Amino acid sequence: MSRKNRYSDWQENELAASLNRFPERKEEFSLHGGAEIPRLALPENMDDSYFEKLGFPGRYPYTRGVQPTMYRGRFWTMRQYAGFSSAAESNKRYRYLLEQGTTGLSVAFDLPTQIGYDSDDAMAMGEVGKVGVAIDTLADMEMLFKDIPLDKISTSMTINSPAIVLLAMYIVVAEKQGIAADKLRGTIQNDVLKEYVARGTYIFPPRPSLGLITDIFQWCSSNMPLFNTISISGYHIREAGSTAAQEVAFTLANGITYVQTALDAGLELDHFARRLAFFFNASSNLLEEVAKFRAARRLWARLMKNRFGAKKPASMMMRFHTQTAGSSLAAQQIDNNIVRVTIQALAAVFGGTQSLHTNSRDEALSLPTEDSVRTALRTQQIIAHESGVADTVDPFAGSYYIEQLTDSIELAAEELISKIEQKGGVVACIEDGFIQRQIEQAAYDYQKEIESGERVIVGVNRFQIDEEEKPELLRVDPAVEAAQTAALRNIRNSRDDKAVHATLSTLKEAAESGGNLMEPIIAAVRVYASLGEICTVLREIFGEYRD
Amino acid sequence: MTTEQTPYRVLIGKPGLDGHDRGAKFIARALRDQGFEVIYTGIRRTAAEIAATAIQEDVDVVGLSSLSGAHLRLFPEVVSELEARGGADIPVLGGGVIPDEDIATLLENGLTGIFTPGTPADTIISSFIEASQRHRDHDSSNK
Amino acid sequence: MTVPTSEQLLSGLKSHDPRAIGRAISVVENNGEGAAAILAGLDRDILQKVVVLGITGPPGAGKSTLSSGIVKNLRSAGKRVGIIAVDPSSPISGGAILGDRIRMMDHALDPDVVVRSMATRGRLGGLCASAGATVRIMAAAECELILIETVGVGQSEMDIVQLADITIMVLAPGFGDDIQAMKAGLLEVADFLVVNKSDQPGASGLIMDMEQTFSAKEEESGIARVLETVASENRGIRELLERVDRFNGYLLDSGLKEQRRSRALNAETLDWILEMLRPRFLQAMEKTSMENDPRIRAKELIRTTLRLHSTDTQE
Repeated sequence: MSRKNRYSDWQENELAASLNRFPERKEEFSLHGGAEIPRLALPENMDDSYFEKLGFPGRYPYTRGVQPTMYRGRFWTMRQYAGFSSAAESNKRYRYLLEQGTTGLSVAFDLPTQIGYDSDDAMAMGEVGKVGVAIDTLADMEMLFKDIPLDKISTSMTINSPAIVLLAMYIVVAEKQGIAADKLRGTIQNDVLKEYVARGTYIFPPRPSLGLITDIFQWCSSNMPLFNTISISGYHIREAGSTAAQEVAFTLANGITYVQTALDAGLELDHFARRLAFFFNASSNLLEEVAKFRAARRLWARLMKNRFGAKKPASMMMRFHTQTAGSSLAAQQIDNNIVRVTIQALAAVFGGTQSLHTNSRDEALSLPTEDSVRTALRTQQIIAHESGVADTVDPFAGSYYIEQLTDSIELAAEELISKIEQKGGVVACIEDGFIQRQIEQAAYDYQKEIESGERVIVGVNRFQIDEEEKPELLRVDPAVEAAQTAALRNIRNSRDDKAVHATLSTLKEAAESGGNLMEPIIAAVRVYASLGEICTVLREIFGEYRD
Repeated sequence: MTTEQTPYRVLIGKPGLDGHDRGAKFIARALRDQGFEVIYTGIRRTAAEIAATAIQEDVDVVGLSSLSGAHLRLFPEVVSELEARGGADIPVLGGGVIPDEDIATLLENGLTGIFTPGTPADTIISSFIEASQRHRDHDSSNK
Repeated sequence: MTVPTSEQLLSGLKSHDPRAIGRAISVVENNGEGAAAILAGLDRDILQKVVVLGITGPPGAGKSTLSSGIVKNLRSAGKRVGIIAVDPSSPISGGAILGDRIRMMDHALDPDVVVRSMATRGRLGGLCASAGATVRIMAAAECELILIETVGVGQSEMDIVQLADITIMVLAPGFGDDIQAMKAGLLEVADFLVVNKSDQPGASGLIMDMEQTFSAKEEESGIARVLETVASENRGIRELLERVDRFNGYLLDSGLKEQRRSRALNAETLDWILEMLRPRFLQAMEKTSMENDPRIRAKELIRTTLRLHSTDTQE
């Protein structure tokens, strides 16, 4: 096909279909004064290399984005991660965010929940409700989504090792609202591999954890087709101190592992691959980050097509959520963080993200206050509505530097992925500490540069001032732990214990025999078996991982 | 510190459930590079496990890190577990996302020093050296 | 707390006081005041009943996980266990990260698991001096089996082989080149070869290969020396301990254990000699000119230094 024909082919197919389904936000996009803003700026001469590396948005290799019109059709989802203390408090915060124009919920769970401990477990001491909401039983989940119609919103849940339990609770809450599972939209993080190298909320060893993930893929592909069953996350790898190329490499290597595990379990590639989502970090080096997002998208498309033989375009498209870099926030002169977050958010938008969380200025000090969260959301709204960057697709394309950097990040990531595979794959590299050591070294080198002053962090190692005024911080009431524990005791006293024991022993049998655990867990949460009780059953069978 | 001097032994621990160990690992390595022998417990330890290990390994100082906001409960718990095991003389330093108003409370509850985000590594290392040396001097003065 | 006397530390060892055990090891490791008194006061007879087990292998083969599994098995059999976990010191700063402790944390609250992390400290004489003394302190604190665990690279590996009654080498599939390079040394060094992660691809080939390498050794004792484990799932460990026990019996009966113990004591003595001489020679070196060839200078230093101080020994 001639070059010109390829363009009209794209216009007649991908673009026309997209415009038909989602009309653009405006009839016409123009600068003040009337000059038209092109939908897609193109080079004068599109040579083979252009088609090989960039192509058109919404078409393989997706370097320029996964949708033909990108943000001219619809802005990214502004999704603020939130949740703290009790389900009732968090429910209030969600309703506030929805009123303020946020378009998707993102649930933060406290650490005991993330690690499968009930709030009254000795291990939970001091941690209940601290970094997110405490969920022990279905009752907490019912309270968390009280008066929020689950068919109208999309919900993202940052939950990994016990994701199957929280997903089961979400399904039952929806069921009680009269909403079937196939109407539910959202994402569970469910990416346990990165927990072993970066985030630390693992419970079981890698191999049985991969089994749980496959159970979710399997069940959801038939019952919950609109839900993203995993969010393969580089975010925390980067927060742990990796480089941009390592973030891409380790995340995609994890992605390969999930795909392979699902294929080994007999799942059909083009059936589950479209429900794989990704999650990246937006750090402060704007140009490097823009290139990183574009490189990741292209590399994943190539892997899915060439290596796994994906047929459907949706299986090759890397859709991702982005969060600005929490670790870049300073505890000094905290208003500067608003500027950092703005730069990082811009990188995510230039990079073509599907949804975005912007961090709040006070997060280096504590959980964010309501005011700070609002400013963070406003930052996204200003970028969307005022900056104009959303009016044309992939505006950095064709920049000599950005394209070079995109190529070099892709290449570096590819090489690192091959190295991991030579060493026996991700699980082997986790077990022998290879990935952890790579991240640790990068983090160490970076911090050394800050300590020596070679890398300037404004307000921290240069341009410091004496700060008198202390910002107002959000504190989680220490009484939350006692209240949550008492509520759990009430549930334990009032539920049908016989039913709980029966469902737990069914679960145990299923886990021992290697069956799909989704249905047994739905049955257990429905009768108010607690998260901790369910995870205890699984711990006994799968064992516990320790680093 | 030269190799001819007996290295200080320190324990770096992460009490509670918080898995963010970037800071703890950086400090462990920075201390190693200053000639310390560093025992790193890994993440997700109870106060009792950290204290028992510190005693068994006969360390000069214990350093704790927590980023999840649970420091007011967990740090003093390590101090009292040390006391209960005959290790009241071992100083405990702490770091993490710790609001200023909590620092005084922690110091009153037996912590020897607290570091907040952005504290230069040199400052932290100096505190470890000082606390270790004081611990050893304390030993010899009691002979 | 006031610093305990050597007598207090010695009685603390008998009563299993963790603080006393830790302090006694530090005093000896640092060659501090009281080291001689502690070592002289240790019960020598108890040492005969102890088994010293060395565990080595390349990083990532699952050594620490295997050690932890061995401890678990011994504990369920009611045995009191000592562990000396050795990590290398940085040659530049002299510091060390003693990371093997992480996998022993599951036993942190068990009073009958005594762990000591130890850095190699760039010692002139190697590890034998301090690790050997630690073995005797742990024995005095009534540990019945003492594990010495070290990364299987370089000098410290040979050191623990000299100290241990029985040495276990841990390997795992996927270390192809490393294993080929180690093979010659394996025969001489290890009593047992454990192929860990034996559920993974490549394990059966590795096992066959190793069985061939070890076949000559087995003839002497009639005990098979190559074992498979999946340490993370506690598979194969009980079998390993049974064989270690049988092999210990064979060593005792054949008189080999006594030979090995003598070898260990000699190695340790030599280490102490070098350790004790080191400061004196460092001092003496400063006073001599660097003009001579180092070998000639060394000879001269030995002649002058040892003659001058031939009757006093440094503590």
